[in-house]
Amino acid sequence: MRETPLSSCERAFLLQAITDKKRVDGRQTYDYRNIKITFGTEYGCCIVELGKTRVLGQVSCELVAPKMNRPTEGILFFNLELSSMASPAFETGRPSELLVKLNRLLERCLRNSKCIDTESLCVQAGEKVWQIRVDLHLLNHEGNIMDAASIAAVAALCHFRRPDVSVQGEEVTVYSPEERDPVPLSMHHMPICVSFAFFQQGTFLLVDPSEREERVMDGLLVIAMNKHREICTIQSSGGIMLLKEQVLRCSKVAGVKVAEITELIQKALENDRKIRKEGGKFGFAESLPDQKITALKIEKNVVDTSNVKDKAEKIISESQPPSDVVTKPVVRAVGTAQIGEGIENTWGELEEEEDEEEEDEDDDDADIVSTSIESDKVTEKPAKKTSADIVISDSEEEDVVILQPEPQAKASSSQAPEEDQDKSPVRKTPHSKKKKKRSSH
Amino acid sequence: MAGLELLSDQGYRVDGRKSGELRKIQARMGVFAQADGSAYMEQGNTKALAVVYGPHEIRGSRAKTLHDRAVVNCQYSMATFSTGERKRRPHGDRTSTEMTMHLKQTFEAAILTQLYPRCQIDIYVQILQADGGNYCTCVNAATLAVIDAGIPMRDYVCASSAGFIEDTPLADLSYVEEASGGPQLALALLPKSDQIALLEMNSRLHEDHLDRVIDAASKACKDVYAVLDQVVRDHLQEVTALIGDRGSA
Repeated sequence: MRETPLSSCERAFLLQAITDKKRVDGRQTYDYRNIKITFGTEYGCCIVELGKTRVLGQVSCELVAPKMNRPTEGILFFNLELSSMASPAFETGRPSELLVKLNRLLERCLRNSKCIDTESLCVQAGEKVWQIRVDLHLLNHEGNIMDAASIAAVAALCHFRRPDVSVQGEEVTVYSPEERDPVPLSMHHMPICVSFAFFQQGTFLLVDPSEREERVMDGLLVIAMNKHREICTIQSSGGIMLLKEQVLRCSKVAGVKVAEITELIQKALENDRKIRKEGGKFGFAESLPDQKITALKIEKNVVDTSNVKDKAEKIISESQPPSDVVTKPVVRAVGTAQIGEGIENTWGELEEEEDEEEEDEDDDDADIVSTSIESDKVTEKPAKKTSADIVISDSEEEDVVILQPEPQAKASSSQAPEEDQDKSPVRKTPHSKKKKKRSSH
Repeated sequence: MAGLELLSDQGYRVDGRKSGELRKIQARMGVFAQADGSAYMEQGNTKALAVVYGPHEIRGSRAKTLHDRAVVNCQYSMATFSTGERKRRPHGDRTSTEMTMHLKQTFEAAILTQLYPRCQIDIYVQILQADGGNYCTCVNAATLAVIDAGIPMRDYVCASSAGFIEDTPLADLSYVEEASGGPQLALALLPKSDQIALLEMNSRLHEDHLDRVIDAASKACKDVYAVLDQVVRDHLQEVTALIGDRGSA
C-alpha cells in the first residue's frame, strides 16, 4: 500500500506552525520526545521508544571464520528491518531506498567509528572469530527511525554478553552461562545519531522530527556523536543547501543531546544490572506491565492534582460565557462561498461554541449530558476510571484550553478535520466528568 | 600508525603533496557521440566516466513521473577491474546503492529540475580506477557531463574530500590516506554561493576540528571549480572553432 499523501491544507498548516516556531506536539525546537529504554530477560535485547516510534534491538553472536583480509578481527553485522507492521508504507520484498540509507548510516555510525573493539572478538587468528549480529526491528513508525535505531543498537550492544571461551592448543571450548559468566563486549564509546530536519530551504531547523514533520521537511542532517564530542558520522540528505554555519550549529546541539541520551542509556543499563543482581523481576514482562503490545497507551503525566476542583471552578467563574455571535463568514458576492486555503477553517470553533452553550444550558442537570454521550465514549470510560488521577489531570489541561477564548480559537482553527474527530471524544469525556463532580457537590 | 607516515615532519604527504594540495586533475568533455552529454575525469589515479541522457520522456513505470519537476535517475558503478581485488558485482551492493543515492541527491539539488516537468534525466557514472575520492571524482565528472548535455544548473557542483591527520586538515585524500582509518569528509559544494549540496563524514573527528576540515574541503572544492571551469571554456572554444571552420568552408 502506498502512503496516503499529505493534503495541501495539512502541509500548509504544519509549515505555518513551524514558521511560528511551534510544533504540533507542543515541543520546543530542540526537544526530543520521551525516550524509554527497556531490556528483555535475555542479554542483548531491548526496546527503545522515542515518543511512539519503537525499535526492538537484539544482539546475537556465533563463531565463524574471519574475513580473509582481516584474520584477527571479529565481524560486526547490522541489519535494520522495516516491517509493514510499523507502517503500511513499508513493503516487504526489495529493500527500499530508505532502508538502504538507514542501514548504511547505522553501519557507518557503529562500525566505521570503531566503537567496538573487534580484535577482542578474535578467538583463534585466521580460524575462529565472533560474529556479532545486531538485528533491529522497527515496531512502530512515528518519525525519526534513525535516532531510535541507533539508541537501540547501542543499548543492546552494551547490554549484550557473549559466552566465555578458552583455547587450549587447537581446541576451543565455549562455556555455557552456567559454567562461566558470559563476558560483555568491550565498547570504546557510544555513538548516537541526532537528526535535524530543515524546512523552508534551511531557514528553520527542528530536532527529532515526527512522522508528520518528516513528510514536509526539505532535508535532513544526521550527526552521530559520542559523549566526548567526537563526530562519528555526518550525513546530509534531501535537496537542501546547507551553509557551513548551520552545520557547525547543529554539531553543537548534537553534542548536548548526545550527552543527555548517553546518560539515559547508562542509567537504564545500571538499573537493569541492579535489578538482576538483587534477583528482582526484570525483562519486558516486568518493565511493560500495564501495556499491551498491540495498543499504544496514553502517557502518564505526573500533574499536581491537589486542588484541581478549586482551580477549575476559579477558571470557570472567571471565564465569560461564549458569545452568541458567530464570526461572520466572508461572502464575496451573493450566493458565493470561498473554498480552499484562503480562509481559516472555523468548523472546529463553531462546534466547540455549540458545545459550551449546551453545557451552560445543561449545567444543573449534568447527568443527562453524561448519559447522552455517544456510545464509543461510553465504552472508553471504564478504562479511564481505573486510573482516576490521570483523568483529572487531563481534564484540568483540557479546561484551560477550552475555556480561555483566545487559545481556543487558535487550537480549533488549526486542527485538521480528521484530527479533530480523533480528539473530540477525549475532550468531551473530561467535560462530563467535571460536570458530574460539580453536581455531586 | 602502522609504520606508515602519512604526514612527514616537513609537512609532505605520502605522495609528496602539501596538506592543501590537490592531485592532478585532467578532464575531457564530449567523449561519446551517442550520449547527450559525457565527460571523462581523472583525479590522480582515480578515473571516472560520466554519461548523461536527457531530459527525455519517463522510461519504465510512469508512476515515477513528477508533475512539477524532472526525475533525476543516477547509477553508480565500479568497473570490476577498478580495485586491487577484482570486484564481483559492479553495482547493486550496499555501498554502491548508497553512492547512487548520494549522487542523485547532489544533482537533484543542483540541476534546475523544475524546468523539465514530467521528464527524466539519466546520469550514469562509472569508476574505471579507484584510488580514493570516488564520490568526489564522480560528482565532478557528472557535472561536466551535465554541462555538456546543456542542462541548466544552479552552479557547478564541485566535490572534494578532506581528512584530518596529526592536527592538520588534508585535502583530496588518496586511497592510502583513506584506508588509514582516519576521519574523512566528503563535501559537494556550489562554489559561488558556498552552499553545501552534500556533506558526509566517517570515522571519528572531534567537534572542535570540524570547522577547519570543512574549510579545507571547501577550499579544495573551489580549486576544483577553477579547473572545471577552465575545461569547460577550453571545450567550448574547441567546439566553436570547429563550427566556425565548417561555417566558413
